[in-house]
Amino acid sequence: MEKFDVIVAGAGLAGLAAAYTLAQEGVEVLVIEKGDYPGAKNVTGGRLYVNPVRELFPDLWKKAPLERFITREGASIMAGERSINVEYCGSELSQEPYQSYSILRAKFDRWFAKQAERKGAMLVSKSRVDDVIIENDQVVGVWAGGDELRADAVVACDGVLSLLAEKAGLRKPGNPHDYAVGFKEVIELDSTLIEERFGLEGNEGAARLFMGEVTRGKFGGGFLYTNKDSLSLGIVVGIKDLMEGSPAVQAPILLDEFKQRPEIARLIKGGESVEYSAHVIPEGGLKAIGKLYGNGILLAGDAAGLALNIGVTVRGMEYALASGYYAAQAVLQAKEKEDFTAGSLSGYEKLLNDSFIMKDFAAFKEAPAVLDSSRFFKHYPELLGNIMKDVYEVPAGPKDRLYPTIKKYLTLKEMWSMAGDMRRVMKI
Amino acid sequence: MSELGGLKAKLGLDVFKHDSEPHIRIKPGMEKDPRLKAAVLVCPAGLYAENDSGEVELTIDGCLECGTCRIACGTEVLEWNYPTGGAGVQFRFG
Repeated sequence: MEKFDVIVAGAGLAGLAAAYTLAQEGVEVLVIEKGDYPGAKNVTGGRLYVNPVRELFPDLWKKAPLERFITREGASIMAGERSINVEYCGSELSQEPYQSYSILRAKFDRWFAKQAERKGAMLVSKSRVDDVIIENDQVVGVWAGGDELRADAVVACDGVLSLLAEKAGLRKPGNPHDYAVGFKEVIELDSTLIEERFGLEGNEGAARLFMGEVTRGKFGGGFLYTNKDSLSLGIVVGIKDLMEGSPAVQAPILLDEFKQRPEIARLIKGGESVEYSAHVIPEGGLKAIGKLYGNGILLAGDAAGLALNIGVTVRGMEYALASGYYAAQAVLQAKEKEDFTAGSLSGYEKLLNDSFIMKDFAAFKEAPAVLDSSRFFKHYPELLGNIMKDVYEVPAGPKDRLYPTIKKYLTLKEMWSMAGDMRRVMKI
Repeated sequence: MSELGGLKAKLGLDVFKHDSEPHIRIKPGMEKDPRLKAAVLVCPAGLYAENDSGEVELTIDGCLECGTCRIACGTEVLEWNYPTGGAGVQFRFG
């Protein structure tokens, strides 16, 4: 039996952030990772927004192996054989400090783990945490690969399913309504081709979100991020919508169809798929967040349910990094009192509440319910496409005036429903 | 159901390391449980299929460990764990 100050389960962003922060303060911390190396089991879309976490890890960003800083933000509404695009770009997005970067997790997490080790954290890979050890209602360690490992506190950063949180009695298996699944391909493509196709200079990058037909009107959308010399192309779709059918479609088919759309096919042409990955994403928002700590244990990152979809952005990694940091701070406070009971670890809740994390979750608490309407993913993309088609169409005969062209789609019933949707959207 | 023909090749791109036993199992007697049918739709790796007698079958090879089946079907019909340390999918990009 070995004893550490703190055991962190899972070398993802939350776990590594916790370990990095604790090790920096001289705490003896062990990180246990089931993959061959940190990042081996981790998946993102993905893009990391740095602003919220820049100051929490001031030494980290300069050399971090991030991919491209995003200077082009695209949104695409797709219907049958057409799409409508909006792009936000311009020199203001090319100025430092850049607000977001594309990222590949196997690369980043491995590097981040090295930084944590350099601070003094211990890392054991290829080892799965099987269970928590509970004595007198207090988590006092874990079982991992047949070894009994003890610690004053366990930080469970074992991802969205957090089997450890269930074992510690902090929560029950999740409800499909609160989760989405993302799946993507990494497609290698020459960097100069990427720059040409997306209108980028040097290390600039593009991010595009797609909605509508891409998920056949189900809750979710498509995404595309440019990495240094690859593209991350994928789909996120609500699990409940996917289960319910109507129309019934097997998830992988959505991505195949997406790739085959002419708008996408020309962007990935000549590229070579090198990896296919998938992961569940917590999207239940504030209402789906349960208990985040107990006697001797704290949850951070996806394990704590900390990801937020507000339509225009889908974020999780900053919350993972920051919650790992605050979990470490809470452990440091508890360590001063030499008391690791839930009462003492409750400092975590206060730290989270005072941070951007819970402020975001509170501000956007209505977002999941508001976005959970097929009108946004099916009806509006169709409607907007129909209007665009008619507005742009020049027929053989005389063309209708623009106002009546649009007006014929905006019936009283439609306007009434729109007003209703607008009232809902105003809650976001 | 549409074709999932290209999926095998796609999964072939990934690095998988063999595990001594399957990390997900359909609980005995649950093969025809209606809750399992969702897995056929939701699994991004297309590892669940319904056979002619209405039983859902799982092929564990190619599992991306995403967790979707556990969320969709629940733990009453699935015995679900991650592979043992160092086994299963090892993403090189993620």
